[in-house]
Amino acid sequence: MNKLFVPLAVVAAAMFVYAPFMILAAPYESTMGLVQKIFYFHAPIGMTMFMSAFVCGIGSAIFLFTRRPGADRVAVAAAELTAILGIIVLVTGPLWARKAWGVWWEWDARLTSSLVLWLIFEAYLLLRRYGGPGSDRLAAGVAIFGMANVPFVYWSVNVWRTMHPKTSVVPTLLPGMRGPFWFCFLAFTIFYVLTLHLRTRLEKRRAELEAVYLATEE
Amino acid sequence: MIPKTTVACVALLLVLLWPGGPALAQQQPPPAQPSAAQEGFVPVDQLPKPQDTMPAARLVAIAYAFVWVMLFGYVVSIWRRLSSVERELESVSRRIGSGGRTP
Repeated sequence: MNKLFVPLAVVAAAMFVYAPFMILAAPYESTMGLVQKIFYFHAPIGMTMFMSAFVCGIGSAIFLFTRRPGADRVAVAAAELTAILGIIVLVTGPLWARKAWGVWWEWDARLTSSLVLWLIFEAYLLLRRYGGPGSDRLAAGVAIFGMANVPFVYWSVNVWRTMHPKTSVVPTLLPGMRGPFWFCFLAFTIFYVLTLHLRTRLEKRRAELEAVYLATEE
Repeated sequence: MIPKTTVACVALLLVLLWPGGPALAQQQPPPAQPSAAQEGFVPVDQLPKPQDTMPAARLVAIAYAFVWVMLFGYVVSIWRRLSSVERELESVSRRIGSGGRTP
Protein backbone atom coordinates (compact mmCIF):
# COMPACT_ATOMS: atom_id res chain seq x y z
CA MET A 1 0.00 0.00 0.00
CA ASN A 2 2.89 2.38 0.76
CA LYS A 3 4.13 2.06 -2.84
CA LEU A 4 0.65 2.65 -4.22
CA PHE A 5 -0.15 5.58 -1.91
CA VAL A 6 1.36 8.42 -3.97
CA PRO A 7 0.09 7.22 -7.38
CA LEU A 8 -3.40 6.68 -5.93
CA ALA A 9 -3.34 10.11 -4.28
CA VAL A 10 -2.44 11.69 -7.63
CA VAL A 11 -5.25 9.77 -9.36
CA ALA A 12 -7.77 10.79 -6.67
CA ALA A 13 -6.70 14.46 -6.86
CA ALA A 14 -7.00 14.43 -10.67
CA MET A 15 -10.44 12.82 -10.41
CA PHE A 16 -11.63 15.44 -7.89
CA VAL A 17 -10.42 18.22 -10.20
CA TYR A 18 -12.22 16.69 -13.19
CA ALA A 19 -15.42 15.71 -11.33
CA PRO A 20 -17.00 19.23 -11.29
CA PHE A 21 -16.67 19.45 -15.08
CA MET A 22 -18.48 16.11 -15.48
CA ILE A 23 -21.17 17.21 -13.03
CA LEU A 24 -21.65 20.52 -14.85
CA ALA A 25 -22.01 18.67 -18.17
CA ALA A 26 -24.58 16.23 -16.74
CA PRO A 27 -28.24 16.91 -17.68
CA TYR A 28 -30.58 18.68 -15.24
CA GLU A 29 -33.26 16.64 -13.48
CA SER A 30 -36.77 17.55 -14.71
CA THR A 31 -38.42 18.34 -11.35
CA MET A 32 -35.50 19.44 -9.17
CA GLY A 33 -33.29 21.27 -11.64
CA LEU A 34 -29.87 22.55 -10.57
CA VAL A 35 -30.10 21.51 -6.91
CA GLN A 36 -30.13 17.83 -7.94
CA LYS A 37 -26.41 18.25 -8.76
CA ILE A 38 -25.76 17.80 -5.02
CA PHE A 39 -26.67 14.15 -5.65
CA TYR A 40 -23.29 13.51 -7.37
CA PHE A 41 -21.44 14.08 -4.09
CA HIS A 42 -24.19 13.31 -1.55
CA ALA A 43 -25.02 9.77 -2.72
CA PRO A 44 -21.44 8.52 -3.38
CA ILE A 45 -20.38 9.85 0.04
CA GLY A 46 -23.38 8.08 1.59
CA MET A 47 -22.36 4.83 -0.11
CA THR A 48 -18.77 5.29 1.10
CA MET A 49 -20.12 5.89 4.61
CA PHE A 50 -21.99 2.55 4.46
CA MET A 51 -18.81 0.84 3.27
CA SER A 52 -16.87 2.45 6.11
CA ALA A 53 -19.44 1.26 8.68
CA PHE A 54 -18.96 -2.27 7.35
CA VAL A 55 -15.16 -1.98 7.54
CA CYS A 56 -15.48 -0.79 11.15
CA GLY A 57 -17.95 -3.55 12.05
CA ILE A 58 -15.91 -6.34 10.44
CA GLY A 59 -12.67 -5.02 11.99
CA SER A 60 -14.39 -4.90 15.39
CA ALA A 61 -15.75 -8.44 15.02
CA ILE A 62 -12.27 -9.75 14.13
CA PHE A 63 -10.86 -7.88 17.12
CA LEU A 64 -13.51 -9.31 19.48
CA PHE A 65 -12.91 -12.89 18.37
CA THR A 66 -9.14 -12.89 17.77
CA ARG A 67 -7.88 -9.89 19.84
CA ARG A 68 -5.73 -8.79 16.90
CA PRO A 69 -4.67 -5.17 17.57
CA GLY A 70 -4.36 -4.53 13.82
CA ALA A 71 -8.08 -5.18 13.34
CA ASP A 72 -8.89 -2.78 16.18
CA ARG A 73 -6.74 -0.07 14.62
CA VAL A 74 -8.57 -0.42 11.29
CA ALA A 75 -11.91 -0.29 13.17
CA VAL A 76 -10.97 2.96 14.96
CA ALA A 77 -9.85 4.53 11.68
CA ALA A 78 -13.03 3.42 9.88
CA ALA A 79 -15.25 4.67 12.73
CA GLU A 80 -13.73 8.16 12.52
CA LEU A 81 -14.16 8.18 8.75
CA THR A 82 -17.78 7.00 9.09
CA ALA A 83 -18.46 9.90 11.44
CA ILE A 84 -16.82 12.43 9.08
CA LEU A 85 -18.63 11.09 6.01
CA GLY A 86 -21.84 10.99 8.06
CA ILE A 87 -21.61 14.70 8.88
CA ILE A 88 -21.15 15.47 5.18
CA VAL A 89 -24.19 13.36 4.24
CA LEU A 90 -26.31 14.92 7.00
CA VAL A 91 -25.39 18.46 5.91
CA THR A 92 -25.54 18.10 2.11
CA GLY A 93 -28.86 16.19 2.32
CA PRO A 94 -30.80 19.07 3.97
CA LEU A 95 -29.23 21.57 1.53
CA TRP A 96 -30.70 19.49 -1.30
CA ALA A 97 -33.98 18.90 0.57
CA ARG A 98 -34.59 22.61 1.20
CA LYS A 99 -35.00 23.23 -2.50
CA ALA A 100 -36.43 19.87 -3.57
CA TRP A 101 -38.92 19.34 -0.71
CA GLY A 102 -39.27 22.86 0.69
CA VAL A 103 -37.99 21.83 4.13
CA TRP A 104 -34.54 21.41 5.62
CA TRP A 105 -35.36 18.23 7.53
CA GLU A 106 -38.10 15.62 7.63
CA TRP A 107 -38.28 13.02 10.40
CA ASP A 108 -38.83 10.20 7.94
CA ALA A 109 -37.30 6.74 8.05
CA ARG A 110 -34.24 7.39 5.88
CA LEU A 111 -33.18 10.68 7.45
CA THR A 112 -33.83 9.55 11.00
CA SER A 113 -32.08 6.18 10.58
CA SER A 114 -29.09 7.94 8.94
CA LEU A 115 -28.90 10.26 11.94
CA VAL A 116 -29.05 7.26 14.29
CA LEU A 117 -26.26 5.53 12.32
CA TRP A 118 -24.08 8.61 12.67
CA LEU A 119 -24.86 8.83 16.39
CA ILE A 120 -23.82 5.18 16.87
CA PHE A 121 -20.39 5.89 15.40
CA GLU A 122 -20.09 9.08 17.42
CA ALA A 123 -20.86 6.94 20.49
CA TYR A 124 -18.10 4.55 19.39
CA LEU A 125 -15.57 7.39 19.21
CA LEU A 126 -16.67 8.85 22.56
CA LEU A 127 -16.36 5.41 24.15
CA ARG A 128 -12.84 4.99 22.77
CA ARG A 129 -11.84 8.41 24.06
CA TYR A 130 -13.45 8.51 27.49
CA GLY A 131 -14.45 4.88 28.20
CA GLY A 132 -11.31 3.93 30.13
CA PRO A 133 -9.90 0.38 30.35
CA GLY A 134 -11.92 -2.22 28.44
CA SER A 135 -13.65 0.37 26.30
CA ASP A 136 -12.06 -1.13 23.16
CA ARG A 137 -14.18 -4.29 23.51
CA LEU A 138 -17.31 -2.37 24.47
CA ALA A 139 -16.82 -0.04 21.48
CA ALA A 140 -16.31 -3.07 19.21
CA GLY A 141 -19.78 -4.27 20.22
CA VAL A 142 -21.21 -0.85 19.40
CA ALA A 143 -19.51 -0.96 15.98
CA ILE A 144 -21.09 -4.33 15.16
CA PHE A 145 -24.47 -2.87 16.14
CA GLY A 146 -23.75 0.12 13.87
CA MET A 147 -22.85 -2.17 10.97
CA ALA A 148 -26.08 -4.13 11.47
CA ASN A 149 -27.97 -0.83 11.19
CA VAL A 150 -26.69 -0.14 7.65
CA PRO A 151 -29.10 -2.47 5.73
CA PHE A 152 -32.03 -0.87 7.60
CA VAL A 153 -30.88 2.61 6.57
CA TYR A 154 -30.45 1.45 2.97
CA TRP A 155 -33.83 -0.31 2.67
CA SER A 156 -35.78 2.23 4.73
CA VAL A 157 -36.71 4.27 1.62
CA ASN A 158 -38.29 1.22 -0.01
CA VAL A 159 -40.16 -0.02 3.07
CA TRP A 160 -41.53 3.19 4.61
CA ARG A 161 -43.27 6.07 2.87
CA THR A 162 -40.73 8.86 2.53
CA MET A 163 -39.90 11.86 0.38
CA HIS A 164 -36.32 10.65 -0.08
CA PRO A 165 -35.48 9.14 -3.51
CA LYS A 166 -35.67 5.34 -3.50
CA THR A 167 -32.78 2.91 -4.03
CA SER A 168 -34.07 2.38 -7.59
CA VAL A 169 -32.70 5.81 -8.58
CA VAL A 170 -29.05 4.76 -8.93
CA PRO A 171 -29.58 1.58 -11.04
CA THR A 172 -31.97 3.44 -13.36
CA LEU A 173 -29.76 6.49 -13.97
CA LEU A 174 -29.52 7.45 -17.63
CA PRO A 175 -26.03 7.50 -19.25
CA GLY A 176 -25.64 11.28 -18.90
CA MET A 177 -26.08 11.02 -15.13
CA ARG A 178 -24.62 7.55 -14.63
CA GLY A 179 -21.11 8.51 -15.78
CA PRO A 180 -20.56 11.41 -13.34
CA PHE A 181 -22.16 9.46 -10.49
CA TRP A 182 -19.91 6.38 -10.75
CA PHE A 183 -16.90 8.59 -11.48
CA CYS A 184 -17.49 10.45 -8.19
CA PHE A 185 -18.10 7.18 -6.36
CA LEU A 186 -14.76 5.84 -7.59
CA ALA A 187 -13.00 9.07 -6.57
CA PHE A 188 -14.48 8.93 -3.06
CA THR A 189 -13.65 5.22 -2.74
CA ILE A 190 -9.99 5.88 -3.61
CA PHE A 191 -9.99 8.82 -1.19
CA TYR A 192 -11.51 6.57 1.48
CA VAL A 193 -8.87 3.84 1.03
CA LEU A 194 -6.06 6.41 1.24
CA THR A 195 -7.38 8.17 4.35
CA LEU A 196 -8.15 4.83 6.02
CA HIS A 197 -4.55 3.82 5.40
CA LEU A 198 -3.22 7.09 6.83
CA ARG A 199 -5.51 6.99 9.88
CA THR A 200 -4.62 3.34 10.59
CA ARG A 201 -0.95 4.29 10.41
CA LEU A 202 -1.60 7.00 13.00
CA GLU A 203 -3.11 4.40 15.37
CA LYS A 204 -0.12 2.10 14.79
CA ARG A 205 2.36 4.87 15.61
CA ARG A 206 0.39 5.77 18.74
CA ALA A 207 0.55 2.14 19.88
CA GLU A 208 4.31 2.09 19.24
CA LEU A 209 4.76 5.29 21.23
CA GLU A 210 2.74 3.89 24.13
CA ALA A 211 4.84 0.70 24.05
CA VAL A 212 8.05 2.76 24.16
CA TYR A 213 6.80 4.77 27.16
CA LEU A 214 5.75 1.58 28.96
CA ALA A 215 9.16 0.03 28.28
CA THR A 216 11.00 3.07 29.69
CA GLU A 217 8.81 3.08 32.83
CA GLU A 218 9.69 -0.56 33.49
CA MET B 1 -56.47 -18.60 40.09
CA ILE B 2 -55.71 -15.82 37.56
CA PRO B 3 -56.02 -12.32 39.05
CA LYS B 4 -58.92 -10.24 37.73
CA THR B 5 -56.60 -7.38 36.72
CA THR B 6 -54.58 -9.71 34.48
CA VAL B 7 -57.77 -10.98 32.81
CA ALA B 8 -58.94 -7.38 32.33
CA CYS B 9 -55.59 -6.35 30.78
CA VAL B 10 -55.58 -9.32 28.39
CA ALA B 11 -59.19 -8.62 27.42
CA LEU B 12 -58.41 -4.96 26.77
CA LEU B 13 -55.37 -5.92 24.69
CA LEU B 14 -57.49 -8.36 22.63
CA VAL B 15 -60.13 -5.71 22.02
CA LEU B 16 -57.50 -3.19 20.91
CA LEU B 17 -55.69 -5.64 18.64
CA TRP B 18 -58.82 -7.24 17.19
CA PRO B 19 -58.88 -6.61 13.40
CA GLY B 20 -62.27 -4.92 13.62
CA GLY B 21 -61.43 -3.23 16.93
CA PRO B 22 -61.65 0.48 17.60
CA ALA B 23 -57.88 1.01 17.44
CA LEU B 24 -57.74 -0.09 13.83
CA ALA B 25 -61.20 1.19 12.91
CA GLN B 26 -59.71 4.55 11.92
CA GLN B 27 -59.20 4.94 8.21
CA GLN B 28 -55.56 4.75 7.16
CA PRO B 29 -54.52 7.80 5.12
CA PRO B 30 -54.30 7.04 1.40
CA PRO B 31 -50.72 6.38 0.25
CA ALA B 32 -49.10 9.44 -1.27
CA GLN B 33 -48.46 9.28 -4.99
CA PRO B 34 -44.73 8.90 -5.50
CA SER B 35 -43.22 11.67 -7.56
CA ALA B 36 -41.01 11.02 -10.55
CA ALA B 37 -37.92 12.05 -8.58
CA GLN B 38 -38.60 9.33 -6.01
CA GLU B 39 -38.74 6.47 -8.51
CA GLY B 40 -36.04 7.68 -10.87
CA PHE B 41 -34.41 10.82 -12.25
CA VAL B 42 -35.64 12.24 -15.57
CA PRO B 43 -33.00 14.32 -17.39
CA VAL B 44 -33.88 17.54 -19.28
CA ASP B 45 -31.75 19.93 -21.36
CA GLN B 46 -33.10 23.19 -19.91
CA LEU B 47 -33.49 24.25 -16.28
CA PRO B 48 -37.15 24.04 -15.11
CA LYS B 49 -38.85 27.34 -14.15
CA PRO B 50 -38.15 28.16 -10.49
CA GLN B 51 -41.12 27.78 -8.09
CA ASP B 52 -39.17 28.60 -4.94
CA THR B 53 -37.33 31.82 -4.14
CA MET B 54 -34.42 29.94 -2.54
CA PRO B 55 -31.60 30.08 -5.13
CA ALA B 56 -30.48 26.55 -6.00
CA ALA B 57 -27.02 27.73 -7.10
CA ARG B 58 -26.25 28.98 -3.59
CA LEU B 59 -27.32 25.67 -2.00
CA VAL B 60 -25.23 23.68 -4.48
CA ALA B 61 -22.21 25.94 -3.89
CA ILE B 62 -22.56 25.63 -0.10
CA ALA B 63 -22.90 21.83 -0.34
CA TYR B 64 -19.81 21.44 -2.52
CA ALA B 65 -17.77 23.92 -0.47
CA PHE B 66 -18.73 22.07 2.72
CA VAL B 67 -17.61 18.74 1.24
CA TRP B 68 -14.24 20.18 0.16
CA VAL B 69 -13.60 21.93 3.48
CA MET B 70 -14.50 18.83 5.51
CA LEU B 71 -12.40 16.42 3.45
CA PHE B 72 -9.42 18.76 3.15
CA GLY B 73 -9.62 19.62 6.86
CA TYR B 74 -9.75 15.96 7.81
CA VAL B 75 -6.70 15.06 5.69
CA VAL B 76 -4.76 17.98 7.21
CA SER B 77 -5.88 16.87 10.69
CA ILE B 78 -4.62 13.29 10.14
CA TRP B 79 -1.38 14.58 8.67
CA ARG B 80 -0.73 16.90 11.64
CA ARG B 81 -1.54 14.23 14.22
CA LEU B 82 0.64 11.69 12.41
CA SER B 83 3.57 14.11 12.15
CA SER B 84 3.28 14.99 15.84
CA VAL B 85 3.25 11.33 16.96
CA GLU B 86 6.14 10.42 14.65
CA ARG B 87 8.19 13.35 15.96
CA GLU B 88 7.51 12.30 19.55
CA LEU B 89 8.34 8.67 18.78
CA GLU B 90 11.60 9.68 17.18
CA SER B 91 12.48 11.96 20.08
CA VAL B 92 11.74 9.28 22.72
CA SER B 93 13.64 6.62 20.76
CA ARG B 94 16.64 8.97 20.49
CA ARG B 95 16.58 9.64 24.24
CA ILE B 96 16.43 5.92 24.98
CA GLY B 97 19.26 5.33 22.55
CA SER B 98 21.44 7.91 24.29
CA GLY B 99 20.58 6.43 27.74
CA GLY B 100 18.59 9.45 28.93
CA ARG B 101 15.30 9.35 30.87
CA THR B 102 11.97 10.24 29.35
CA PRO B 103 9.92 12.93 31.12
